[in-house]
Parts: sequence; structure tokens; C-alpha cells
Amino acid sequence: MLNNHAKLMQFFSVADGVTGRKKLQKMIYILQKCNIPFEEKYQFHFYGPYSEELTLRVEELCNLGFLQEEKEDKSNYYQYNYQLTAAGDDFLEQFPFDMPDMTAKVDMLKEKSSRFLELVSTMFYFDDLPLEENVEKVRTVKPKQKYSDEEIEDAVTFIQKLKHEGK
Amino acid sequence: MAYRDEQLSEEKVFKDPVHRYVHVKDRAIWDLIAAPEFQRLRRIKQLGTTNLTFHGAEHSRFNHSLGVYEIVRRIINNFQDRPHWNKDERLLCLCAALLHDLGHGPFSHSFEKVFKLDHEYFTQQIIIGDTKINEILERVSPGFAQKVADVIAKTYEDKLVVSLISSQIDADRMDYLQRDAYFTGVSYGHFDMERILRVMRPIDDQVVIKSTGMHAVEDYIMSRYQMYWQVYFHPVTRSAEVILSKILHRAKYLYETKKFKFKLKPTHFLSFFEGDVDLKDYLKLDEMIVHYYFQLWQDEDDEILRDLCERFMNRRLFKYVEFNPNLQMNDWMELYQLFQQAGIDPKYYLVVDSSSDLPYDFYRPGEEEERLPIHLLMPDGNLKELSRHSDIVESISGKKRTDHKLYFPKDKLNELKDEAVKTRIKDILYGQGAKEDVE
Repeated sequence: MLNNHAKLMQFFSVADGVTGRKKLQKMIYILQKCNIPFEEKYQFHFYGPYSEELTLRVEELCNLGFLQEEKEDKSNYYQYNYQLTAAGDDFLEQFPFDMPDMTAKVDMLKEKSSRFLELVSTMFYFDDLPLEENVEKVRTVKPKQKYSDEEIEDAVTFIQKLKHEGK
Repeated sequence: MAYRDEQLSEEKVFKDPVHRYVHVKDRAIWDLIAAPEFQRLRRIKQLGTTNLTFHGAEHSRFNHSLGVYEIVRRIINNFQDRPHWNKDERLLCLCAALLHDLGHGPFSHSFEKVFKLDHEYFTQQIIIGDTKINEILERVSPGFAQKVADVIAKTYEDKLVVSLISSQIDADRMDYLQRDAYFTGVSYGHFDMERILRVMRPIDDQVVIKSTGMHAVEDYIMSRYQMYWQVYFHPVTRSAEVILSKILHRAKYLYETKKFKFKLKPTHFLSFFEGDVDLKDYLKLDEMIVHYYFQLWQDEDDEILRDLCERFMNRRLFKYVEFNPNLQMNDWMELYQLFQQAGIDPKYYLVVDSSSDLPYDFYRPGEEEERLPIHLLMPDGNLKELSRHSDIVESISGKKRTDHKLYFPKDKLNELKDEAVKTRIKDILYGQGAKEDVE
């Protein structure tokens, strides 16, 4: 029961809070691509990989009282911050399930901006392509972001490190 | 004349209950409709098991695909001389609209969950693989099939083209909301599409709505919300989905044990059970084939498979109660044990189903750059997110409504001999002393 919800709660517990839905979306996708068994279905959207299923599950966790959502008005838009509640902690303790340790990876991801994570997740989305084509595809689907060569290099290095972290 | 420009000698029309007529003039579109991979969509229902709740809902993915094509055709006609619109993308848009659901399989959602499949992957495979569809698209121009696949995958460079097929107010949603409302017979789900089409404007890489058309869009958002809760999320339909996925799990489990011998070899399912589905196998399985196996499995030796199939075929569905996993965690654990004690396998007969298990959504503006919202084009030329301007949309999208239900076979509980176990289970499900005929 609620296995996929529990996995997300485990993530929020490890992350000790997440700032921004965009960042949350990209973090879960990247972890999924690093073989952390999240099962949310992702599709490519305007701003890179996005999961409607994840949005819904997070809403469910908030409604159940397992997750606390704070809405910050940033004048043009709202930003949402998430933190696991005490009830969420209790549920996790009662609900036995196996989940690989993702602490090191989550720490690495938390440090990065949502813009950078959008780049990394988009590169992961096209990871069936050789690197050169991958970069070309990223530039084609994200012309407005105008990612610099340096940012792309950083992303490639970050992906390598991320894949080996915690192994 | 090049194949991409070839027109039929006279326009063909399909009579359609939602759009009145679907108009076809391009030879390529006509040929795509005739391709076996597209005709297969006639044998896949648009709403899966919803016909067990709303008996009219027998329409197919074929109907819907033609509908999406027709809406996009009308949008393109309106866009023809507008700035930002590239006329050369016309046929690409029409093909992508027609083929966007090509990879859906029988009872898509349950199959995808149980067998870890992705219909979008198969849409891509049908378009770029060794198929009649691919042959037709490549006749348009070499590489055209890949472009169509990219538009459907939303990775095509021209985002404006993508947003016609897939965005918060796209041809796909506008067709299925109206079509599903028509065939289920519900009164919600209707909105003034003609008005929306008239106020759509291509701006840079997105389609926006002229602010004077806001009320038509409000109606669309309302109908999306109503259809979500009244049709797509209907608890009886979900009960049928629960049973369907448990049948697939059980059949797979039996196959994997290697000890169980099916009376008839489940040929069409073998690659699904083995997790190695190729395009050929995938295309062979449609809802008629699935029903054929379910019919046969009613006579199988395995009691669980037999019972679940009999329930699905004869609409003997599970009952349900509201369930709050936070407040009722202990109830769940006790119920699980009681079901085991009573000889009713809880893995198949005690199921929590959540709103996030459904492949539909309603409009949420979201956070900046989370995903693209609906933008209104204001008189001063600025864009404004819909819910920031519309009180109706703000009140709907701000409300987080979610739902969890617990499904179980009430008839099996009634047959239990152990009165103590039976009473305890019912006390937990319905509350002590409450009437047990609550659904």
C-alpha cells in the first residue's frame, strides 16, 4: 500500500526539505535515471522532463498531512517549499520497505539551481544519444535557455560524479 | 506532383457526432487512416473500463484520433495568415495530431502499470519502425517520420507545433473532453470550442488566448474539472481497473511459477509476461484478444484467476470505502492480517487506490517554469497566467482535492464462516455498528 508515496516521503526525509516544485521535479527524475526506484512517469515538457503523477502524489501527501507545503509569493509567481511532517516520519517508521541509500546523490542535487538541474535532466532524457548529439539536441529543444559551453561541461562532469556517488 | 502536396480528387468526410464532419483532402492523411496500425485503434476503447459504469462509453481511440486531427486542421486554417505561424508545418501538425495516440494498447493504463510499458515508446516505434505508417510518412519526405515522432514526443524544435497537440489547452484535451462527455451521456464536459479556436493566437513558441476569450476558457477548465471527478475518477470504473490489473498480475505470476499449466497457451501474452515485448507482439494485442483470454480464464484451475476474470466479465466488481492512510494505518495492517486469516489473499482482494493512479489531471497553474500554463494575451500585448486573471480558475486550481479508496470483495466477506473474523472486518470497513450496505 502507498509504496510509491512512501518512496517519496523517504526522499523528503533524506533531503530535509525541498525548495521549489521545478527543482523537485528534476531531482526525482535525475534520481530515477540513477537507478533509484521511483516509479513516477515522466514526459518531456516545455521545461524538460515533468511528471504529472509526481505532482499528484505530492498533493496527496500534503492532503494526508505527511508533507507540509509552504507557498511563497514571488510577485510574478508562487514558489512552493516542502517539508516532511511528524506524521510523515511516523508513517515511514511503520511502513517497512527497501530503498537504496540516496543521501549523497540528494545532497549533490540540492546544492544545484533549478536551471542547472533542468539542463542535467534534459541531458539524461536524451542519454540514448552519443554526447555530441545529446548536446546538440539539448540546444535544439532549449534554445531560450542559451546554455553556455561551460555550463554544458559542468553538467557532463556532474552527471559522471553523480553516477559514481554512493556506489 | 510531390506526394506531400498530393490532394484527393474530392474532399472526403467522416461523419462525426462531436465535430459533425472530419474533413480529409491530403492524400497522405487518407493513406495513414487506411494503414493497419491506425485501423487497429478501432479495437481499443478510448475510456478502457468506463463502459462498465457509463454504458455508452464504447468509443475508440480511432474516433478520438480523427477528432484531434479535425481540431488541429481547423486551428491551422485560423492560423494561416497570422504572424509567428510557419505554413510549411501544416502537414507535420496534421500527421502528428492524427497519430498522437497510435501506441496505445488495450486497457493501456493497467497494462502499462503491470507490465512496465510505455505507450509513448510504442507510438515512436510504430512511426519510425518497419510499419505501413512509416512507409507513408517517409514518402512525404525522407526524415519526415522522425519529425512526426519528435512532435508527438514534444522534443521537436518548433514548440508552437508541439503545443497544438500537447499543452494545457490543446486539441487532444478539447477532443476527448467533448467526445467522452458525448459518449458517456453526462451533461458536463461541454464548452464553446468554436469560440476558443477563434481566440487562439500563435505567439513565439506557444499558443495563447486573447483575453476577450477568457470566459470560454473558464468553461473549458470547469468541464475538465467536472469530467475528472465525475467520469474519469468514478469509483466504480476504478473498481473495474483494480480487478483488471489484478488479473494481469495473477496471470503473470502463474506464468512465472512455471508450475501452472494454462489450459490454452496464452500466446499473445507471452512476451508481456517475459518483459520482452517487441512491436510485432504489441500490435497483435487488442481488447478483443484480451477479452477472449479473460473469457477462457474463467474456466482455469487457479481459483483467484478464475474468480477475478468472472468478476470482470460479469461486472461483479469490488465494493469500496473511503480510506485515509494517515488515520487508518493500523486498520490497514489489521485488515491485511484478517484477510489472510480468512483465506482471502489480500494481495489480490484488498487494494488501496489513489487519485494519483489515474492518467488524467485538471488545470493547475503551477510554479514558474514548472510547466507551461495557459497564458492570456492582454490588450497591452503582455501575457498573463490564466488563474491570475480569472477568479473561477483560481478557486478551482487552488483547491487540492485528492482521494483514496479501499477496494474489497464484499460478497466473499459475506460468505465467511468465521463470524468473529467477519464481524471484525466489517467493523473496520464500515465502522462499528454502522450499516454495512454502504458502497
